[in-house]
Amino acid sequence: MEVTASDLDNLKATELRLGLPGIDAPEKPAPVSPRGSKRALLVSNEECWPGKNKSPEADSGGQEAQPMAKAQVVGWPPIRSYRKNSFKARKEEMEAAGLFVKVSMDGAPYLRKIDLKVYQDYKELKEALDNMFRCFSTGELSGMQGCNGSEYAITYEDKDGDWMLVGDVPWEMFMSSCKRLRIMRRSEATGMPSSP
Amino acid sequence: MSEDEEDERGGGEGKRWSPDLIGGREGGSGGADPPPLSDQVLENVLENVLQFLDSRRDRNAASLVCRSWCRAEAQTRRDLFIGNCYAVSPARAVERFRRVRALVLKGKPRFADFSLVPPRWGAGFYPWLAALVPAYPWLERLCLKRMFVSDDDLSLLAKSFPSFRDLTLICCEGFGTAGLAAIAEHCRHLRVLDLIENDVEEEMVDWVSRFSTTSLESLVFDCVGCAVNLDALEALVARSPSLRRLRVNQHISVGHLRRLMARAPQLTHLGTGSFGDGGGGGGEVEVADLRAAFAASMSLECLSGFRDLASEYLPAIYPVCANLTSLNLSFADITAEQLRPVIIRCHNLQTFWVLDTVGDEGLLAVAATCKDLRELRVFPLDASEDSEGSVSDVGLVAISQGCRNLRSILYFCQRMTNAAVATMSENCQELFVFRLCIMGRHRPDHLTREPMDEGFGAIVMNCKKLTRLAVSGLLTDKAFGYIGKYGKLLRTLSVAFAGNSDLALRYVLEGCPKLQKLEIRDSPFGDAGLLSGIHHYYNMRFLWMNSCKLSIRGCKEVARRLPHLVVEVIRDKLEEDDVEAVEKLYMYRSLAGRRDDAPPFVEIL
Repeated sequence: MEVTASDLDNLKATELRLGLPGIDAPEKPAPVSPRGSKRALLVSNEECWPGKNKSPEADSGGQEAQPMAKAQVVGWPPIRSYRKNSFKARKEEMEAAGLFVKVSMDGAPYLRKIDLKVYQDYKELKEALDNMFRCFSTGELSGMQGCNGSEYAITYEDKDGDWMLVGDVPWEMFMSSCKRLRIMRRSEATGMPSSP
Repeated sequence: MSEDEEDERGGGEGKRWSPDLIGGREGGSGGADPPPLSDQVLENVLENVLQFLDSRRDRNAASLVCRSWCRAEAQTRRDLFIGNCYAVSPARAVERFRRVRALVLKGKPRFADFSLVPPRWGAGFYPWLAALVPAYPWLERLCLKRMFVSDDDLSLLAKSFPSFRDLTLICCEGFGTAGLAAIAEHCRHLRVLDLIENDVEEEMVDWVSRFSTTSLESLVFDCVGCAVNLDALEALVARSPSLRRLRVNQHISVGHLRRLMARAPQLTHLGTGSFGDGGGGGGEVEVADLRAAFAASMSLECLSGFRDLASEYLPAIYPVCANLTSLNLSFADITAEQLRPVIIRCHNLQTFWVLDTVGDEGLLAVAATCKDLRELRVFPLDASEDSEGSVSDVGLVAISQGCRNLRSILYFCQRMTNAAVATMSENCQELFVFRLCIMGRHRPDHLTREPMDEGFGAIVMNCKKLTRLAVSGLLTDKAFGYIGKYGKLLRTLSVAFAGNSDLALRYVLEGCPKLQKLEIRDSPFGDAGLLSGIHHYYNMRFLWMNSCKLSIRGCKEVARRLPHLVVEVIRDKLEEDDVEAVEKLYMYRSLAGRRDDAPPFVEIL
């Protein structure tokens, strides 16, 4: 399964890392699939094999940063295609349909509905919500990390029925577990647990 | 059907090889002069005794005593197990064993399941079928694993053996519903038709209406992708009083399931189809009605299926939970909260397969209730390297503390620690099978950042019954040193993205005398490592290595020194001739020599 350059860019953009901002994993060429040149595969494998004590993956942030981009390797993890296909079919069904969730805002007289599939990441979602509910709020909405001074927090109800603060989990995970959104007044939002 | 389960019961490996057996000195009934009368009597007596031997390991040992014993044993062997269809020619097998009623035949190497063996590599069933038809007219049972079986093969099979009873196909391909129709129609005494994880062509033939048997005991078809004739299925179930096992595919809705269950309250094994609202056609079913159906099926011991699960239907199975010894929820995307009320009722569970969506919390619940758990498999919902991963070392430790009787574990995760693995090795002394898959390649212990050497070392050291091991995570040669030193009963070893040098391979090949099956991928082992196993390869069923550091020179050297080893170099596409590196190596002992059905991308050295 080949991974294109633009896929890699998107992946990078949504990647949540604990490293300091500004530090970037060194750009290395993506490993070609085993169908490609053997020499290239051997070379890229070379980098994977730690002949030394210190693993190239370990960094102080605790997040595994693979030396290469996250391209798929044939047959890894070792799951039979029977199993993979069972889930793929369902996933594809879900992906075809939209993922519409209701959005409510404290103090607003009516709700809105948005299709989460339309957005690539939290940034886009936030902007869309900003635009949608601008007329009801005095300033910028912000429910994400590093919010300062905003009156509101963006929260969502997940599959288990719990209300969570938006922005903690990877985007895909959020998309699959979000049932509805609620823009809460910040005063009510204090003491919210983050996702497990 | 896995040889690990057999090993547990004291089954065994195929022929034990020694230089004496190779080269035709092997006895058997082929071509020998008839023995004198007194010996004949002795042989008859022997046959009467040997017929009680079931275990193939015992039979193999008996056959080595002398020629007479070899003949007698050959005459009384009813169950023939061929672990590698290329290890012996069909002609030779039927020549030696004249009275076989049941045959197990395995084809492709296991890594074929993960797309590492190109299509059309081999393992066709036809050459064997052609030999079986004249040789075993009374053949009753057949089990094929990872073989290529065509519709024509199935048709010929169905028409050639009037006593045929049991057909089990596991991970096979090449056939479709037309072949199934032939089996259904012509096997009048069919008892078992078990189709497990096969790749079935969707030919839209209504095979279910064609069944002519009234003695059906087991019907497993969850891997058949197309819809079946529901009325015909219901009628079949209704006229099969011996039916004990039924596993349907996802086109059967809960409504249909309820009707089927009403027809067969004596079922012991049930695989549901779709267990949700999606399934259409059967109409809406109230949970209470479904629950009543389960309440009427108190013989149920084994449940599986649960595709497209709607969690509100899960409570319907409560009435049978206490009787369950086996539960497979590995296609159901459920949380710990959804699992808890189910698992808490399953205190007799011995086998449990589940998705990692239940998380460590879910596993804690399992550990709290399932005190007699023998086999656990935790599969990932998202089988990719950078997936979130919801189970970890925490879940593993919990299981080890609660389930002391654990014999077999397969665990997919993203985070693991040496301490957790060591804890399991200390708590679960009954482990035969330990397969840990840390999905991110080269992942170290996530707390100490050290390689996973010590954890796996503890496993081989403490789990004295261990016969099968799969390793993962960041591993140095040290881990293999432990395996070689302590893994004295190890028969199957799977290695991926591990080790530093040839030493690792040497440790294993020199240290593990019982090693039968070794499969390695993406590890830095080269010719030197390969050559260190020359003394042992005749004792093994096979060695598979891909994406390592092998060269054609090393492989040729092995082929030269071990003439009864078939050394296959597999190329994904036809290469230029100057390529030294060997990408895929598959080698196996064989009495049949190089096979004549090798495709162009396979070079046999």
